Amino acid sequence: MPGFVEWLTLGAGKIPRISTNLSFADRMGSWKARWNIGRMNYLVPPGLYAVGHPDHDSPVLVTANYKMSYDLVRKVLGGKNCWLLILETYGINVWCAAGKGTFGTEELIRRINASGLARIVRHRILILPILGAPGVSAHQIAKQTGFTVKYAAIRACDIPEYLTNGMKTTTSMQEMTFTIYERSVLIPVELVEAIKPTVIIALLLFVILSLMQGYVSGLMAVCAYLGAMFTGVAITALFLPWIPGRSFAFKGALTGFLWSIIFYLLSGGGWSLFMTVAAFLMLPTVSSFYALSFTGCTPFTSRSGVKKEMRIALPVMGCALLSSILIALIGRMI
Amino acid sequence: MKGFQYLRNVATLRMKQERCIGCGKCLEVCPHQVFVLTAQKAQPVAFDACMECGACARNCPANALQVDAGVGCAAGLITEWLRDRKLLKVKQACC
Repeated sequence: MPGFVEWLTLGAGKIPRISTNLSFADRMGSWKARWNIGRMNYLVPPGLYAVGHPDHDSPVLVTANYKMSYDLVRKVLGGKNCWLLILETYGINVWCAAGKGTFGTEELIRRINASGLARIVRHRILILPILGAPGVSAHQIAKQTGFTVKYAAIRACDIPEYLTNGMKTTTSMQEMTFTIYERSVLIPVELVEAIKPTVIIALLLFVILSLMQGYVSGLMAVCAYLGAMFTGVAITALFLPWIPGRSFAFKGALTGFLWSIIFYLLSGGGWSLFMTVAAFLMLPTVSSFYALSFTGCTPFTSRSGVKKEMRIALPVMGCALLSSILIALIGRMI
Repeated sequence: MKGFQYLRNVATLRMKQERCIGCGKCLEVCPHQVFVLTAQKAQPVAFDACMECGACARNCPANALQVDAGVGCAAGLITEWLRDRKLLKVKQACC
């Protein structure tokens, strides 16, 4: 188990003490998880852990058993003495697990009871991440266990300040952010998830266009497609707040259109009218689809909003795709 | 949330003001500062910032809030749609 230091003997039971220093292997693991390499192989056993040398007055923090949640929380607790209660979320982060309900009221009650927390600490306060609130009902916890839930902060990096300032949540601790860095770290996993369909489509495009117009056209089509995919996944995500429009599909179509122009210029132009129209329909559609998929990575899109957007965008994408294929075929025939 | 805006007038957040006891729990859990507390009553002022996470409804001891909670994820919704029509057999969607 990563970060294990020693066993603390406490009354009748033993509690593992964990390190707040991340090893090289821990950092490597985070990097691999970002690239979707064995992302689910890092389950941290749920239960109670000790950080530093906690006693019966030390604060109790609650988190999920996802590798990165566990690492982020213990990393910021350097020099602190506290208890860390890890819930079984099946390797899913706090936010997604709270949405699914695994980071939830029932699981928290189960862990409080199983760990014998009420005998280990004298106070009755649990410190939870704000993004865990969709799954946990604070008043139910109070009613059933006697513990008061305090939602501390959104980001783990604010925990030290929260603990030193007398458990006060400042405005900034409560405000969601989605900075360019926070957006950029999400791109690798999105790209990896896109590999399988991309390889299939790229192969198909290559074969069809090679048969129609020779392998140079085939390669060009693959490049154009890869660019459109990358534009939808990475470029739209990076420049998200600065791209006009509220709808993600619209933002993606816009950047895809820009990519179409860039690709047209890079390839030296000279395409037939039909090919140009077909490409300018197809490429923005691809970007638009991937941009729409990015809604799942953001911390501000609502379910109703995405539903509404999909109801409009998916049929439009379908029509654009069909028209693009038809126009290319017509252009080939005349 | 500074710098980001999603679609207007779509959130399913509903509030029964007469039930509100002014405890402020919704202000504590909302990551988008949708609510303000005026005269011992919470009011959803930034309605369009709501992402329907459902934290406020789950933590409201007076049961004054209601929201059709869920995740705003296109891939997840497509998977859900396919699964409902038995076109796809998957156990887990994404994150």
